[in-house]
Amino acid sequence: MANGTIALSEKNFYEVSTNKYSGILSWLLTTDHKRIGLMYLVSIMFFFLVGVILGVLMRLELLTPGRTIMSAQEYNSLFTLHGVIMIFLFIIPGIPAAFGNFFLPIQIGARDVAFPRLNLLSYYVYVVGAILALTSLFLPGGPIDTGWTFYIPYSVRTTSNVSLAIFAAFVLGFSSILTGINFVTTVHRLRAPGMTFFKMPLFVWATYATAWIQIIATPVVGITILLVIIERAFGVGIFDPALGGDPILYQHLFWIYSHPAVYIMILPAMGVVSEIIPTFARRTIFGYKAIAMSSLAIAFIGYLVWAHHMFTSGMSDTARWIFSLLTFLVAVPSGVKVFNWVATLYKGSIDPQPPLLWVMTFIFLFSIGGLTGLVLGSLATDIHVHDTYFVVAHFHYVMFGGTGTIFFAAIHYWFPKMFGRMYNKKLAKITIIFFFIGFNMLYFTKFIMGYMGMPRRYYDYLPQFAGLQKISTVGSWILASSIFFMFGYLIYALFKGPKASANPWGGVTLEWQIPSPPPLENFKEIPTITHEPYDFSQLKENNNES
Amino acid sequence: MNHDENVIAMTQHHAHVDKVGAKMGMWLFLFTEVLLFGGMFLVYAVYRYQYSEQFHIAAMELNTTIGTINTIILLTSSLTMALSIAYIERNKKSLSILFLSLTILLALIFLVNKYFEWSAKFEHGIYPRSEELLNRPSGQILFFGLYYVMTGLHGLHVVIGIIVLSFMLVFLLKNKITSENYNKLENSGLYWHLVDLIWIFLFPLFYLIQ
Amino acid sequence: MDKQHHKIEISTYIIVWLSLLAFTSITVTIAGISLGKYTLLIALSIAAIKSALVINIFMHIKFDEPIFKAFLALSGATLIIIFVLTFFDIIYR
Repeated sequence: MANGTIALSEKNFYEVSTNKYSGILSWLLTTDHKRIGLMYLVSIMFFFLVGVILGVLMRLELLTPGRTIMSAQEYNSLFTLHGVIMIFLFIIPGIPAAFGNFFLPIQIGARDVAFPRLNLLSYYVYVVGAILALTSLFLPGGPIDTGWTFYIPYSVRTTSNVSLAIFAAFVLGFSSILTGINFVTTVHRLRAPGMTFFKMPLFVWATYATAWIQIIATPVVGITILLVIIERAFGVGIFDPALGGDPILYQHLFWIYSHPAVYIMILPAMGVVSEIIPTFARRTIFGYKAIAMSSLAIAFIGYLVWAHHMFTSGMSDTARWIFSLLTFLVAVPSGVKVFNWVATLYKGSIDPQPPLLWVMTFIFLFSIGGLTGLVLGSLATDIHVHDTYFVVAHFHYVMFGGTGTIFFAAIHYWFPKMFGRMYNKKLAKITIIFFFIGFNMLYFTKFIMGYMGMPRRYYDYLPQFAGLQKISTVGSWILASSIFFMFGYLIYALFKGPKASANPWGGVTLEWQIPSPPPLENFKEIPTITHEPYDFSQLKENNNES
Repeated sequence: MNHDENVIAMTQHHAHVDKVGAKMGMWLFLFTEVLLFGGMFLVYAVYRYQYSEQFHIAAMELNTTIGTINTIILLTSSLTMALSIAYIERNKKSLSILFLSLTILLALIFLVNKYFEWSAKFEHGIYPRSEELLNRPSGQILFFGLYYVMTGLHGLHVVIGIIVLSFMLVFLLKNKITSENYNKLENSGLYWHLVDLIWIFLFPLFYLIQ
Repeated sequence: MDKQHHKIEISTYIIVWLSLLAFTSITVTIAGISLGKYTLLIALSIAAIKSALVINIFMHIKFDEPIFKAFLALSGATLIIIFVLTFFDIIYR
């Protein structure tokens, strides 16, 4: 290793591979966390776009009452697939698999994750899951039509391809578990000398907390899926009420995973926010320890609130008020984060670059989503809006306005580091404006419609909703256009963008101390960490170009 | 070596395997198994609470003797597994191979017993969707559903264990596992003990409801 | 972290195994006695003791770095909480 190292580190990771192959095999058989992260990024972005198109088609159907472009059965399949693809193929793997893989090792001063080959396996398991999901669309029986939550009893009665679709989700869950195992072990075992837990960047804290949820929560939906498949295949009585089973028990098992899953979605995003804000406010984060601990708190409390999805299911009253109470608790650590982020901006030296503008968008949209979560968490009001568009608006504000915008923020923040090129910042800023307009047209109207009583997952609607439905659909066009436009200028930048320096933003975490793109083994020598993670005083010493 | 030196050693001399890290990875995987079966135990607990009388009646049809024998078999296989590791630790390769082989043998016997148990049930007409079963009260249908699924899933894990341990046996024979480097065997052992642990709970819950 | 790997005596393993067998026979015997509500509690307690033996000695966690015990406690606690919260629904329906 000694002599070869110097020459090796002058080439970036695209030019050198961990295996003896070149060309496509050097990617497909790589164990380099950076390449794996990029492969995930490409796959995830592909499925995101598929999900967007499904969403646009759904909104197109809802442009007019009655049939517009498809049948009711087709609509049921469409919203099911939109949910399954967005949740299992985009948001849950999203930030951890793409950016966690690429940056977690670098941010802790490591050369790779703890189990590089397991990492590659987790990617292939993801691909298998994706293929199974797509296959289920075309087999006899037709695509699954149960909604992404595949509730009993319909999911054991319908003849659509439930088993294959949910088995795909099982496989994808396995990929998630493997990533979680890898990240927890990496954080415990591979931190550079001097990097104690409280010197780790907050993105690492967030990804670590997420990894724990991936490990502990995912198996519960795993067994739930297996039980539904077994019940469908063998008629074993488990949840089917005709055989004495309890459909509410199914819902418990489903949401015991699926609620923590939303924290798998948001925690890494919050970690990215905690990276971007200090960089573009040019000062250290306010309340580092509080933010770090709040990630763990959210992860833990997130396990205690699942039945707030079930307030109208027939659960006991005792359970209902207990879960409502616990749900209010989980808002507290999230509030801590938002407060600390805003406090960081106060008296900072604000640089309104695209990553920060995405973050500002996030804070606005996520706050709306979070606050409406309180309406849903509170028993009395939930009865009124459960299973209406209000819920749909809420989760799109938190998942899309939350994790989604930060996915874009992360791309815009780390693009120069990953690809060694810069994109057109002006186009990026314009995109954000159109995204914001389209997003609110599409989803804010849904809060109103939901409150007015418009049920979710309905193919048709009463005339009083027609005006708002049209506005919502037009919003979807603006939103989708902004997204496709974004991909346009980003892909252009990949090939024709100006070369980026090692530290175009003036960040101080470890990824900005290495070249853009990084060399194969990340660091010439493993650094010894002596300073705090967001110490901007040393930036002046390093004399980086901006 | 302290932690920091270990990190540098591991990252610059790739031959050095992180034993603690590998063990950590295996334990984390075991937690996923605990939660997987945990979900099933939750279903069991709920239905037992809701149908306690029917569970009692249905459980009487299970053969406590075979269940107990299988428990003893698995407990003993945990011993032989631990001994196999203990002996390779002490550089006693032949004893290690002997006890690993015994572990695999015991696991196979467990499966054979299971086969006879299930066959007997099928012969009595108790299997999913059978007329005999569907004519019984819901509580019994649920009991037997859980019985087949839980012991079935457990049995699947026994099969996987046999495969994994067989690979370890080959590695032992080929000196890929030695007294200097027996991580793989230890981690496989951890998996095997988990299989035993699950049975330790399955046994009283299905066979000892009196 | 290559500390001296703690070797468990062969005799310890044998003793643990014998204890496990003993507890098994206790639990089978008790099942034959009609103890009403307590049968389940006792059976699960014995299962818990057997598990503790397997986890601590056979799986070596007693002699490993403390972080492993912390991880186990975390996972176990989560599972128990899930049971408790679910039963708030089941019991009070």
